[in-house]
Amino acid sequence: MTAKSPAEISQPRRLGYSYRRNLRERFIEALLFLTAFASVAITLAIVVMLVKESYEFFQHVSILDFLTDTQWTPLFDDAHYGILPLVSGTLVSSAVALLVAIPLGTIIAIYLSEFAPFTVREIAKPFLELLGGVPTIVYGYFALLFVTPLLQKIFPELPGFSLLSAGLVMGIMIIPYVSSLSEDAMRAVPMSMREGSYAMGATRFQTAIRVVMPAAYSGIAAAYILGISRAVGETMVVAVAAGMQPNLTWNPMEPAATITAYIVQVSLGDLPHGSIGYQTIFAAGLTLLLMTLSFNIIGHILRKRYREIY
Amino acid sequence: MHESMVVHATPTQYKSEVRDLSFYYGEFNALKNINMALHEKQVTALIGPSGCGKSTFLRCFNRMHDLYPGNRYMGEIILQPDNVNILASNVDPIEVRMRISMVFQKPNPFPKSIYENVAYGLRVRGVRQRAVLDEKVEEALRDAALWDEVKDRLNQLAFNLSGGQQQRLCIARALATDPEILLFDEPTSALDPIATASIEELITDLKDKVTILIVTHNMQQAARVSDYTAYMYLGELIEFGVTDTIFIKPKNKQTEDYITGRFG
Repeated sequence: MTAKSPAEISQPRRLGYSYRRNLRERFIEALLFLTAFASVAITLAIVVMLVKESYEFFQHVSILDFLTDTQWTPLFDDAHYGILPLVSGTLVSSAVALLVAIPLGTIIAIYLSEFAPFTVREIAKPFLELLGGVPTIVYGYFALLFVTPLLQKIFPELPGFSLLSAGLVMGIMIIPYVSSLSEDAMRAVPMSMREGSYAMGATRFQTAIRVVMPAAYSGIAAAYILGISRAVGETMVVAVAAGMQPNLTWNPMEPAATITAYIVQVSLGDLPHGSIGYQTIFAAGLTLLLMTLSFNIIGHILRKRYREIY
Repeated sequence: MHESMVVHATPTQYKSEVRDLSFYYGEFNALKNINMALHEKQVTALIGPSGCGKSTFLRCFNRMHDLYPGNRYMGEIILQPDNVNILASNVDPIEVRMRISMVFQKPNPFPKSIYENVAYGLRVRGVRQRAVLDEKVEEALRDAALWDEVKDRLNQLAFNLSGGQQQRLCIARALATDPEILLFDEPTSALDPIATASIEELITDLKDKVTILIVTHNMQQAARVSDYTAYMYLGELIEFGVTDTIFIKPKNKQTEDYITGRFG
């Protein structure tokens, strides 16, 4: 009478509907949905808030003035509401940062992924990641108190606050984002593709530039887009080192306020809720959101177009 | 030479001679004292059970093992007509790979257009003139029996091709630089029977141009495409000879067991 197989003991033989199991599955599914939905809901809430307050703002200021006026003086008696000076400050400081972060980040990624011996990579990576962990306020004062005086030795006419100094330091700050993601993308390129290149008589450098980088294109593009978004949205470094004066300029040697620096400045003051000065924050914030959103969309399109197919 | 005149249907010269070749992955002795030769413009097949070292042996010919640390060659692979040991430390592996091309197990086209894939070897050699590239690309694609299928879409991404076409593209890529020896590492193991047949036909056709060394898991394939066959087991070369002889009356009992399917 030992004929009962292990399967019979562990599994009751029935084909009926298991309510308990089904209920548990439903519950887990609902929980997962809510978690996923929360992030969407929060994003939507932010957008709704920005749009609502901006809508109030645009009741007082025409969109045309907002987009074309060359002065941003919302708190003066002679108030002007032209976003251009803030946009120019944002774009110039970001451009300087990206001119630093993209080339250096890419070179570091190529070196770490294709050239560095194992031990070098294992030592260098944590240090790079540390660079990304330094609080941004520290970078701000590093720019203001160290980089600016250094730059003034080269350019004596450089003012105490400048987009150049803030942008350079911001670039250093962004390097780990660019290099780490780019390196991951390049390391994900299968070894067989590299071997194919070496087998054709290519050098390491040729393999890295002509085969590995194109293969990792979408990941590298994503790294760049993240870098751009970081630069455009960065607050502390520019608030500390680039000055707070809105200034319509394309010259990095001048001081200027960025969108984020303006928002910090105004939200630290005590503006009455609902006043036009208060609403400018939201209009500026919406502009910033639209800028980063468009970069992300461009990045998404690039990624779709050149997705990795190994 | 005299003896081989008797054995071979067509007398051939040696393109390469392997002398006392041993190979180590770190401490692991993967190849043990191998002696054999590649006959010029003939197909030589390497057969044997998994892990016997046939791919390792193949990859010695283009110094592929140099890419990874801890690998060590002992012995010689002499390349003719130079009479130079290509494993010598003063020989640049890149120079070796310029003359000995390789086709891999899985098609591995680059993320480039069909044209640029084939032109790759020429580009890394510094060839820039469009006319030269155009001519070489067409010639290589014709030799790889792919030209008619792709001539109207040379600028399309190579990934859009089917698996068999991708493998023929990789063969075209390897041919574009006029290699003296072409190494195939199980080139059809990822392909369906029809694509396999076309690759095999291609290998037979390419014999007029280039010396071929092919690793294969498939004994029928070895019998179909090769002139010479080497049977390897546990890093040793057990038997090497004319394919017909190896398959019809192998000298070694172990070879016979493997070929008749009693083992492996």
